[in-house]
Amino acid sequence: MSITPLPEATFHILLSLAEEEKHGYAIIQEVEARTERELRLSPGTLYRSIQRMLEQGLIVESNRRPARALDDERRRYYRITPAGLAAARTEMRRLMELVRLGRQRGLAPESA
Amino acid sequence: MIVFYRALLRLYPAVFRDEYGDDLLAMFEEKLRTTSALSAFFSAIADVIPNAIAVHWDLLRQDLRYAARSFRNSPGFALTAILIIALGVGANTAAFSLADFTLLRPLPFPHPEQLVLLWNAVGDYAQNQASPAIYRDWKSMAKSFSGVAGYTGGAGNLTGRGNPVRLRIARVTPDLFALIGVPAQIGSVITPSNAGDGSVAVLSQQLWRSQFGSDRGVVGQTVRIDGKPFTIVGVMPSRFRFPDRDTEIWTPFVFAPDAFEDRSDSYVNVVARLKPDVTIERARAEAAALSANIKRQHPEDDPTSWIYVMKMRDLVSGRSRMLVLALCGASLCILILACANLASLLIARGMSRMRELSIRTALGAGRDRLIRQLVTESVMLAIAGGIIGIALAKSSLPLLTKLVPTTLPIEEVPSIDGRVLAFAAILVAITGIVFGIIPALRRPDSRRRRVRGTLVVIEIMGSVVLLISSGLLMRAIWQIQSVSPGFRTDGVLALNTALPLPKYGRTGERERFYHRVLDEIRALPGVQSAAYTTGLPMVRTAGLWNVEIAGRDPRANKNLASLRFITPGYFDTLRVPLIRGRAFTDGDTGDRPFVAIVSDSLAKQLWPGQDPLGRTIKLATKERTIVGVVADVRVRGLEQKSEPQVYLPSGQVEDNGIIGYIPQDLAVRASLPPEQLLPQVRRIIAAADPEQPVSSVRPLSDVVEGETAPRRVQLRLLAILSAIALLIAGVGIHGLLSFGVLQRTKELGIRRALGAQAGEIVALVLREGMQLFAIGAVTGVFVALLAGRSMSALLFGVPPSDPRTIAAAVGVCLMTALIGCTRPVLRAARVDPNKALREE
Repeated sequence: MSITPLPEATFHILLSLAEEEKHGYAIIQEVEARTERELRLSPGTLYRSIQRMLEQGLIVESNRRPARALDDERRRYYRITPAGLAAARTEMRRLMELVRLGRQRGLAPESA
Repeated sequence: MIVFYRALLRLYPAVFRDEYGDDLLAMFEEKLRTTSALSAFFSAIADVIPNAIAVHWDLLRQDLRYAARSFRNSPGFALTAILIIALGVGANTAAFSLADFTLLRPLPFPHPEQLVLLWNAVGDYAQNQASPAIYRDWKSMAKSFSGVAGYTGGAGNLTGRGNPVRLRIARVTPDLFALIGVPAQIGSVITPSNAGDGSVAVLSQQLWRSQFGSDRGVVGQTVRIDGKPFTIVGVMPSRFRFPDRDTEIWTPFVFAPDAFEDRSDSYVNVVARLKPDVTIERARAEAAALSANIKRQHPEDDPTSWIYVMKMRDLVSGRSRMLVLALCGASLCILILACANLASLLIARGMSRMRELSIRTALGAGRDRLIRQLVTESVMLAIAGGIIGIALAKSSLPLLTKLVPTTLPIEEVPSIDGRVLAFAAILVAITGIVFGIIPALRRPDSRRRRVRGTLVVIEIMGSVVLLISSGLLMRAIWQIQSVSPGFRTDGVLALNTALPLPKYGRTGERERFYHRVLDEIRALPGVQSAAYTTGLPMVRTAGLWNVEIAGRDPRANKNLASLRFITPGYFDTLRVPLIRGRAFTDGDTGDRPFVAIVSDSLAKQLWPGQDPLGRTIKLATKERTIVGVVADVRVRGLEQKSEPQVYLPSGQVEDNGIIGYIPQDLAVRASLPPEQLLPQVRRIIAAADPEQPVSSVRPLSDVVEGETAPRRVQLRLLAILSAIALLIAGVGIHGLLSFGVLQRTKELGIRRALGAQAGEIVALVLREGMQLFAIGAVTGVFVALLAGRSMSALLFGVPPSDPRTIAAAVGVCLMTALIGCTRPVLRAARVDPNKALREE
């Protein structure tokens, strides 16, 4: 089953987890900061995406816990899988190809 | 606020909530700390609702994929289940659409519950027409009704538009359309202001299409019916049927001033609309008082008469109602069987999937998730089966139309509409959900086996009930078909010629026509005899007349008989045996002594133990001498009690007298097949009078066979349903025993190893099957006896406990059960002890 194009939320979650393992709330905050508040994932959207990504094998739940003092028992941590990295790369390639095609037609935003 | 959010989280599927509920809750708490409660509230709603739907959808897609895969792995199971559901849903959808159409659905008129028919009942004969005078009395005196109107059915010849066409006409009083409340589609209905002298007409949609080419300019045109001109004032909508489904044209019913003189000349059907606040009970009470009042004013009226107020919906006869209900009962039986079998199948599947389900549980799938998966699977099966079932029902509807009584003012073919589809959808939902959950419930294996055993008992029971019921109905049909109608139908062709008024109102004119036509027909090669009559038996019932005898009080002695005018040759043509005296001859004309022939039962009733020949009766305004006695004829059909009959010579009636009884039905007895005879008869009639359409042509045997047509249709349906039931029961017993043998392979192997013979093993398995059969059969016979008693009206005297029927039904069912046992028994006998023990 092809999973491209990736839904925007999925792509951002993959980007976020590519750096390091995170729990859900951290993902939301990271995405929000990185996109300069352009994209704010709602908790429902986040976990719906996470559930689907778990099924698709793009991410896994991580057993590693941070230092005890920082740990919140209720929180689950997620880690990107090789399949997740591959999916992110495929998506990057797709986006770059789109950008290339756009440039060829003179649609580059800087020349507008 | 937290409580509210927890509640909101319940919108998510349980699996999702269990997994992420805590995280979501934690985030919501976080949010509450940073923003206002109101903003948190709205953003939570905006977040949860669309995402919950999306998660449900994800799960459903996943389940559907999973279900499709599991069906591909066991197509036999899926196909069996779909077939069983299709049969159950199909049978019930068809039965429901028929019941809904004939019994439940309101008639297609505004406020149909207010519409009633008023009958001038005489003694036991409740549904009698009223005379114009009595109709006028009711109309002027009754207070319960917002309107009272009259109509009468008839036929006429439409001429001047190509070939003459025979039309079914309803003559209606000018206020009738307003009372019914259905407007015309084009132009206007008949109203008191446009009726005038009665020369206007309203067309049915069907006639407008077939004869007038759907010409919208038809209003204002003139048509000729029986030579008389009528101006078309309107066309009715296509669904309008009144008073019955065959009526093609409506003309005004205008009474001549002298129509009110004879209070016993009854030919008006009366329809009325109850006032909005009046119940039918109140109307009946008023009618009883009204009847007494009228009889006080008119001592000449029949003292046994009363007014019968009947809901128009009740035009469905008790017998039709019973036919439909029996069919519904049988379908319900099938549905129960189908559900039982489905449950059994799913339980078996559940048991054989135990391993798979345990693995999934071990992998972390919750119980809720598994139930959800199983229900998705069974709902998928149910929907597939349901769609096929609805298609089955739709294709069976043309067969069902024969069960729709012709007397109702509704269309002929029941339709599959929203109500019927909703009914089918409910059936599908119930079967799908209930039987999806059953196997998911955790039960010990022994319990499950017992449940499956019970289900097989139910299946056997249902089959026995259906088989006995169809057997009883089959015997009833044989019994009815063995009833002699009192005449012979073989080789008799029946048809109708119109003899329109006023031309044929004169007796001499008619006699000339009869003579010419009958002489020429009798001269045809292969023709033995031919005759004209008023209403062939079972084709048209003739009215009831009181036979009076001089010196006896006409009111004390009600001697009701049906009256027919006949030409010579009638009894020969129908082979009605002449018991005493003579038949009519060409010499019995209007200028000779007036004579009559009575049927045997009337002779015995009027003159018990005495010779009826030579005695005098007063009937149809004349004194007439009895010259002959003939056998009784079942004029009302094979199943109904028929009144005695009186026959009068066609020539012995004054001009324009008793014109409703002009002989129009022609019967020809010939050794020629109808297709060779008919063109010659048509030619002879056309030569005698080119304006005479010939209609209602059919062999008389068709008419008598048509008498049992609804029954035969019903029997065929019941037979089909019984066969389905047998199939389901056979599959059920087979499935249960096969599975049992499979599960007990080890035990059976040990038994063999310990020295049990193959025969003993066979007996062991067979005993289980036969025990279930015995319980099912005994309860089935018991239920069938109850069912038989409630449908005894359909059984024509066959006792519900008829031993031969019961024995045959149980026997057939036993055969099926044995066939179902065969394979598992053989498998059990072949169990190899070494292999069986090694497998574990």
